[in-house]
Amino acid sequence: MQFMLLFSRQGKLRLQKWYVPLSDKEKKKITRELVQTVLARKPKMCSFLEWRDLKIVYKRYASLYFCCAIEDQDNELITLEIIHRYVELLDKYFGSVCELDIIFNFEKAYFILDEFVLGGEAQETSKKNVLKAIEQADLLFETTTLHYCTKFKSNK
Amino acid sequence: MALKIVKGSIDRMFDKNLQDLVRGIRNHKEDEAKYISTCIDEIKQELKQDNIAVKANAVCKLTYLQMLGYDVSWAAFNIVEVMSSSKFTYKRIGYLAASQCFHESTDVIMLTTNQIRKDLSSPNQYDTGVALTGLSCFVTPDLARDLANDIMTLMSHTKPYIRKKAVLIMYKVFLKYPESLRPAFPRLKEKLEDPDPGVQSAAVNVICELARRNPKNYLSLAPLFFKLMTSSTNNWVLIKIIKLFGALTPLEPRLGKKLIEPLTNLIHSTSAMSLLYECVNTVIAVLISLSSGMPNHSASIQLCVQKLRILIEDSDQNLKYLGLLAMSKILKTHPKSVQSHKDLILQCLDDKDESIRLRALDLLYGMVSKKNLMEIVKKLMLHVDKAEGTTYRDELLTKIIDICSQSNYQYITNFEWYISILVELTRLEGTRHGHLIASQMLDVAIRVKAIRAFAVAQMATLLDNAHLLTGNMQRNGICEVLYAAAWICGEFSEHLENPIQTLEAMLRPKVATLPGHIQAVYVQNAAKLFATVLKGQEGNTDSTAAQETSQLMIDRLPLFVQSANLEVQERASCILQLVKYIQKLQQKDVEVAEEVSALFAGELNPVAPKAQKKVPVPEGLDLDAWINEPPSESESEDEQPKAIFAKEEPKHSRPRHTEVDEKELARRREARKQEQANNPFYIKASPSSQKVYQDTPGVEHIPVVQIDLSVPLKVPGMPMSDQYVKLEEERRQKERAEKKKKEKKKRKEKRSGRGKKQDSGPESEEDITPAHMVDIVTEEMPENALPSDDDDKDPNDPHKALDIDLDKPLADSEKLPVRSHRAAESLKSPAEDGDVESAAIHAPKKKNGKEKREKKKDKDSDRKKSSKHKKKKQKKEKEEKEKKKKKKHHHHHHHSDGGGEESVQNGTVEDEEPLPPMSNYCLLAENSYIKMVCDIQGNLQDGSQVVVSVIFENKCDSFLKSMEFNVLDSLNSKLQRPEGSGPHDGLTVPFQLPPGVSNEARFVFTVQSIVMPQKLKGTLTFIVKNEDSSTHEKLDFKLHFTCTSYLITTPCYSDAFAKLLESGDLKGSSVRLEGVNMPFHHLLARICFHHHFSVVERIDSCASMYSRSIQGHHVCLLVKTSGQTVSIDAKCDEPTLLGNVLDEIKQTFSQC
Repeated sequence: MQFMLLFSRQGKLRLQKWYVPLSDKEKKKITRELVQTVLARKPKMCSFLEWRDLKIVYKRYASLYFCCAIEDQDNELITLEIIHRYVELLDKYFGSVCELDIIFNFEKAYFILDEFVLGGEAQETSKKNVLKAIEQADLLFETTTLHYCTKFKSNK
Repeated sequence: MALKIVKGSIDRMFDKNLQDLVRGIRNHKEDEAKYISTCIDEIKQELKQDNIAVKANAVCKLTYLQMLGYDVSWAAFNIVEVMSSSKFTYKRIGYLAASQCFHESTDVIMLTTNQIRKDLSSPNQYDTGVALTGLSCFVTPDLARDLANDIMTLMSHTKPYIRKKAVLIMYKVFLKYPESLRPAFPRLKEKLEDPDPGVQSAAVNVICELARRNPKNYLSLAPLFFKLMTSSTNNWVLIKIIKLFGALTPLEPRLGKKLIEPLTNLIHSTSAMSLLYECVNTVIAVLISLSSGMPNHSASIQLCVQKLRILIEDSDQNLKYLGLLAMSKILKTHPKSVQSHKDLILQCLDDKDESIRLRALDLLYGMVSKKNLMEIVKKLMLHVDKAEGTTYRDELLTKIIDICSQSNYQYITNFEWYISILVELTRLEGTRHGHLIASQMLDVAIRVKAIRAFAVAQMATLLDNAHLLTGNMQRNGICEVLYAAAWICGEFSEHLENPIQTLEAMLRPKVATLPGHIQAVYVQNAAKLFATVLKGQEGNTDSTAAQETSQLMIDRLPLFVQSANLEVQERASCILQLVKYIQKLQQKDVEVAEEVSALFAGELNPVAPKAQKKVPVPEGLDLDAWINEPPSESESEDEQPKAIFAKEEPKHSRPRHTEVDEKELARRREARKQEQANNPFYIKASPSSQKVYQDTPGVEHIPVVQIDLSVPLKVPGMPMSDQYVKLEEERRQKERAEKKKKEKKKRKEKRSGRGKKQDSGPESEEDITPAHMVDIVTEEMPENALPSDDDDKDPNDPHKALDIDLDKPLADSEKLPVRSHRAAESLKSPAEDGDVESAAIHAPKKKNGKEKREKKKDKDSDRKKSSKHKKKKQKKEKEEKEKKKKKKHHHHHHHSDGGGEESVQNGTVEDEEPLPPMSNYCLLAENSYIKMVCDIQGNLQDGSQVVVSVIFENKCDSFLKSMEFNVLDSLNSKLQRPEGSGPHDGLTVPFQLPPGVSNEARFVFTVQSIVMPQKLKGTLTFIVKNEDSSTHEKLDFKLHFTCTSYLITTPCYSDAFAKLLESGDLKGSSVRLEGVNMPFHHLLARICFHHHFSVVERIDSCASMYSRSIQGHHVCLLVKTSGQTVSIDAKCDEPTLLGNVLDEIKQTFSQC
């Protein structure tokens, strides 16, 4: 996978993950172009389109579009599966996820994605393992925050 | 201090956190930019604080803003600060920010190496994990090189969580630092059998990605993967493995045969569509690679087609799309199996999803046959009428034309039908493909001679009804068709029924609103028509008609003379004057028609698109040579430093001009005429008249179907191609009936006729004969055109660097750089570190890089040398041993040798074919006992010394001892003898030779002048000792000191080189080598190797080279090659030396 974009029906970018090195300018151009193309597609259309020398796989969940770019030989259906898995993971983590969850906790959404996909390849196919890793990392997060709070208190 | 911390913490409570920022942005929809700029100011303040929590918060907000498209590159250093926080919370935010914001040109990445290394080895697995994740996004070649070893270690971490990530990230490392692939591969391979399924799947992923790009290096893994495929149940892994096999089978067809069975089993059993799809795709790929001579696989194809049919029939649009996509792959090799599903594909044309319709169109392209072309196109024409969006309609239009014109109109049996289809297409509104239709019309009219009469009639109607088309004036709009129509009517005007009417139509005032280039064609072809009309009218007795036609021209043309378009204006005024003149002649009753039509006589042949490129350069023609003298040197010197060398050439050519006398000129003229006569591309001056068409053999006997043209032509805008479909149908039926009759007759004659054949169910392809005996004029190509040139692969593909042989054992030099050494260096001077790469490429400057390269090169060349050269290898080893004894000499020798080879590498492109092995040792003398080969090298340290390395080889079964080497000194060159010995004493060779053994000795000579080659006579005396006897033997030899042996490979930078040439102290000379039949890089390598030069710069087929004599003379060469001719321009401060060196170079190449 070359990159993954999440954007709203209004065309607002909600999340972007690039697995290929590109300049900011190029990224912006690609994003703009793709958001336009995907949003212009009618709801009954299939989830794939050819774009430049890549294949775009996208799927809409509620008001959010999940959009991945894969190479010519990659499997479209497994990419759809990756998108679906990711949505399920978000759903499990946030408890019936909505767009706002992703907006306000966008760093969490990234952490989950990073546990699931690494360098453009699915690294963990077990949902349970992904969630476990996230929870433990979060626990670490909590303890450091706690640690910080106690320190803060003692300083006071 | 404590107070400060407290203060910071309290401040923090009033800071905006990410949620506040997001909320704020949502609340300031009207002035978002302004709000964000105040936020960025706040963030800048926060970043200035010491408190890491505040900083992390600020960086987190910046990451969000970066996503919204704001530039945050200014905060890169702060991101690094947050990354290096000891607390996981902040570290995680830092790495996230880095992975989102950093890219290869972010310079602070240099600073992160040590931090990342620290995190990678952290006891906390999440620290490691987060570092790996971040690294996967922003790894640079430097980071990859410095951290490769650390990551490789992590591949064997105790925790699968880390192993998995480390394995996956290795792929990114390989891409950035291909040298790491070989050392890391064994461990990666191990991971294929890791107990943890996640790690295993990661390893499969990485190897599959690698193998897809360079499959041949991974063939040896096939058995392992085969085992994995049959044992794994994880669909994710299976998909990857199957994809990998898809890449491997083209290289190993036997693998394909083995795969078919498990794959078909999977196709039958799996319920996962993604896996099914992958299997079908791979089966297709396998069958494509097996396609020859494997008839028993039709079952697999049938299975695939069946499954794909199920996909296409599915209500899920995605499956439908993929089904069609895969179907088009089968179509390429097994069109028959797909053609039986034509109904389904045609059905997809009605799908509401445009992308599915487009896929179906792609399929149709390959499904047409002579039999069904008309039917399919008819269906498409219906779609054209129905299509809503212009893009889809345009797509349909191009597809119709593609389908019809494919493989040189192979499937068209009736060109009248095709022309009418094209004419119908002109009624499309708002299409962008007017140009396409026009070029088809032109192509068909020009190349299918039999159709010209019909085409001209149709085009005349189009011109008559031009007003219907001119509504769309945009570029490439439908009005482009008029361009074709006007040209066809003009060029083939003899077919026109009513040329005057067409002429009138072409000169209507409305024409002036057309685009300029079309008007220009109108004007020009009006003139052609005019000629035809005159010809028709002059035959009559009434001369007024002809004069009226001239008057018509004179009346109408001034409109075009006023045109703003220069082309139109120019043509119109020319033709206007011409017509005026004609009119004058007509008034004097002069017959002009013949002469006027002679203006446009001659046939234009279609020329193949590549024809021009394919014309071979005639022998002896040098396109690069100057025709005139180059512009004066003083001016151009600055811009073209290369012109320095070109000075001599024009001098040769000038005197030749004067030699040419009248006779010679006449002879040449004759020859040229002859040549032109034979050249199909030369437009001849002699009027061969338009009769050519009528005279063309083969046209009269063409049976043209009689069609009542008056009906469709008088009603423009009515569909008419349908008629041809019906006509064609009838014609085919008739034919079939006739055939049947014939067959029956035959059967009667031959009683034993087989019953099967005459059972004419669906007619087969061969049964259909075209309506016309159409001869499609092929496009012309020049005689003895060169074979078509191959398309090169993309040289920029990053995966190309990973084409590495993995089965070769690992060498020491390939080990990954270990941390301690690098860490210090990269931290000290990051900028310089970056330079190492480039410096190493340009010239051996930095030791580190150079040594490594040299070692590698040595090794490589060793490998290349076949067993034949084993002996040489042995010698080399011996040299190595002797190194200790004669350190100085050996070092010297080795240096120049290696340097020579390396400099070649500097100048050559990576993937050129390998150099043949070369040796500098040449035979000195030989008899039945001993063989002597020698190499002569200058000594850089001492300008007057030359070192001669002689290898003595014992060829007999006896022991050779007491060898004495002696040379008769000349005034100029003297053998250096140990102190105390006389001037004529020989030197004892410091070893004895057992049978079959060879060894090397070095002798030092002092020379005074080096500008001339020298020959020294010498003798070797030795004792041959057998068990029972010993004899005294001697061998005479001649030692040849070439001028080359006084040269020492010295690297030179291009700027220094340019300065040297500019200095003007050097004198030039040049030499030309003919018939050198070797690649340019081999040529350069030879010069480097045998003559001790180094490449300064190489541009395509031109290279500059440099060398220096032991006495400091500079020798510069400019080597250019074209075909088999190599020209060498040289400069040196010592002309005699230069002349001799060039002679020697010439000699080298005359030998090969």
